[in-house]
Amino acid sequence: MRESHIMNIHYLTGLAAIVLVGIHIMFRLIMPFAQSLEYENIIANYQNLPYAIVLELILLTVAIHGFNGLRIILIEWRQGEHWEKGVTWTCVAAAIAIIAYGSRTIIMANMAGAA
Amino acid sequence: MQKENREGVKGWLNPTRYGLSRFAYWLQRLTGVGLLAYFIAHIIETSSLAEGKFAWEAMLDLTQTPGGHIILIIVIGMSAFHAANGVRLYITEGGRGVGRPGRPDYPYRPTSLGPRMRACIWVTVALAALAMIYGANVLFGE
Amino acid sequence: MKTIKLRVFRHIPGKDSARYDIFEVPVERWTTVLDALLYAKAYLDHSIAIRYSCRMASCGSCGMMINGIPKLACYTKIDELNTDTITCEPMSNFPIIRDLATDFTAFFQHHKDMKPYIVNDVDRGIDAETREFLQNPKQLDEFMQFSYCIKCGLCYAACPTVATDKKFPGPQALAQMYRYFADNRDQAADERLKIVDDRHGIGRCHFAGSCSKVCPKGVDPALGIQLLRGYMMGFSKKEKSNAKLYKPEK
Repeated sequence: MRESHIMNIHYLTGLAAIVLVGIHIMFRLIMPFAQSLEYENIIANYQNLPYAIVLELILLTVAIHGFNGLRIILIEWRQGEHWEKGVTWTCVAAAIAIIAYGSRTIIMANMAGAA
Repeated sequence: MQKENREGVKGWLNPTRYGLSRFAYWLQRLTGVGLLAYFIAHIIETSSLAEGKFAWEAMLDLTQTPGGHIILIIVIGMSAFHAANGVRLYITEGGRGVGRPGRPDYPYRPTSLGPRMRACIWVTVALAALAMIYGANVLFGE
Repeated sequence: MKTIKLRVFRHIPGKDSARYDIFEVPVERWTTVLDALLYAKAYLDHSIAIRYSCRMASCGSCGMMINGIPKLACYTKIDELNTDTITCEPMSNFPIIRDLATDFTAFFQHHKDMKPYIVNDVDRGIDAETREFLQNPKQLDEFMQFSYCIKCGLCYAACPTVATDKKFPGPQALAQMYRYFADNRDQAADERLKIVDDRHGIGRCHFAGSCSKVCPKGVDPALGIQLLRGYMMGFSKKEKSNAKLYKPEK
């Protein structure tokens, strides 16, 4: 993948994350903060399908943006074919792992609400 | 690095010497790493939802403390700065808002680091400070 | 007459360990750091290794770290530093040859990698009557600023990416890439964008702006790099090279 394409993805995921995380924070402020963190209220949020989709998109955009940023920092720090390949694949794997783990939470919380 | 006399990571970590843009670069990198660490911790923290109500409330006991609130306020500040500065970089790194080439004359003030650019950076810092104050108000005000 | 302390970095790589020699140098209101160093070399220690030539910020030879910031020694007055202790060190990010003299081989190689010449191969029917390419003042202003670069290396010393990334071309090379990209006589725009579209290319610039801050000639390499990146990312579109050769009418 060309570096300019990766940069475009980095910019777009960053911009998307601003909007999506903004929505996420708004949901914590529609009632007193402590109350918004109660188990029942959180599960009710996850039951709301559009909001669950927003959370999934946050996972995707922030994981891609964050781990690409880490990849950039690490390949600027050290160079070499093996190091750069290792860093790239490790960051991709870490992003996939975090997305998978977070998606598990969203799906299970959504199902807990349905149950 | 010694043989090549490169500054190394010390060069990244020193935000002084080169003005406001270099400070913004330093802070953008620092907040980026900090936010990635928080993001991973947050995903792990919220995964306790899948274990049921008691697990979730045990997690809340751990995080909804004065120390936890202070960390959250710092995260709010980092997010606000990283986002606002990120938008500034998206615009300027695309060659927009950095000025046009001309005929430089003494004292050779670079157009890309002009007063408007410095004002934009101060605005991002101010937004972060305002977000932190608002966050502190919400978290400690109840 | 005022006297200042000049701390000079002394080191012959592979022969001795680095140290700082301190010289007491008399200065006037107009004395530059280069004047102070040459005084120390002439009267106090002949073995100081230092590069200089024009003494007027035109050749770019005397770049060094002065109190931690890359500057031209001939262009920096002792007075403007507002301190009585001046520390002179070789420029960061350049291998040290000896004392204050550094190796520019990698720096020049990065510049060469940018194809720093007009690429215009099309056969235009050049004959004895053909004169220069036509270029109006507006077209000249698009790149003229970046042609003032004197290759002093101060921007390379200041850049945070160059501090760790050996493969990054540096602000000088990238700004020169824009200089030729923006020139209407050059026909290699696509090729130039391909060269900088690399894992260690233009994407590794994060607009820290340190290069433009230290440039002694107002080249503003950060401006050139962001403008070039705008073309690479597709935010700006470049017209095809349309420079015509001038042939006087018979």
